[in-house]
Amino acid sequence: MNNQIKISDQPLNIQSCIDWVMTPQSGGINIFIGTVRNATKGKIVMRLEFEAYEAMALKEMHKIAEKAFSKWPVQKLLIHHRIGVLKVGEVPVIIGVSCAHRDAAFEACRYIIDTLKETVPIWKKEIFEDGEVWVAAHP
Amino acid sequence: MKVNVLAFGIAKDIFGGSSVEVELPEQGTTQNLKQSLEERYPRLKHLVSYMVAVNNEYASDESLLTERDEVAIIPPVSGG
Repeated sequence: MNNQIKISDQPLNIQSCIDWVMTPQSGGINIFIGTVRNATKGKIVMRLEFEAYEAMALKEMHKIAEKAFSKWPVQKLLIHHRIGVLKVGEVPVIIGVSCAHRDAAFEACRYIIDTLKETVPIWKKEIFEDGEVWVAAHP
Repeated sequence: MKVNVLAFGIAKDIFGGSSVEVELPEQGTTQNLKQSLEERYPRLKHLVSYMVAVNNEYASDESLLTERDEVAIIPPVSGG
């Protein structure tokens, strides 16, 4: 298998993602790690809560992977997304791409995270000291 | 016909639960479903946008629905 796509309620393991994506043919791997930030627009974030429409989210993630394989000479590709309650500094998403050359790895990795944020049915709620908000829901 | 509609994210808050049942005419479309839901839950109209998914695929407004379809409301996504 040259792709590994999963949604998990357990902490993501950065090192094992790097190990999985690397191949002897790779000249470079590109890893994007999303992390929980401590503030939004000056307000302190206590935690994030992620929720997925899991069957559809996996399907959309597989579509993104197929597209990336067709657009760039990608050797291996990994998308892991975590759901549930995450504290500041924890990791909700890891994207990993290996290619013979770096340009394709950078471009494919960027394409994957940008498209994931647009199409994959996963939602996050920011919990502040004085309230909570579903991100991107309202203008 | 009765269509069971799954809700996620803020749609769950708006519906007050993770699914709602909607009565639609036979040959009802995604557009009919949206209208019916917006009458019942006006807060839906305040969202930036929302999509309907049918059997795990984004559906157009003209898509025909049946009672056997898995239908879901997809508010603006915010993963990553």
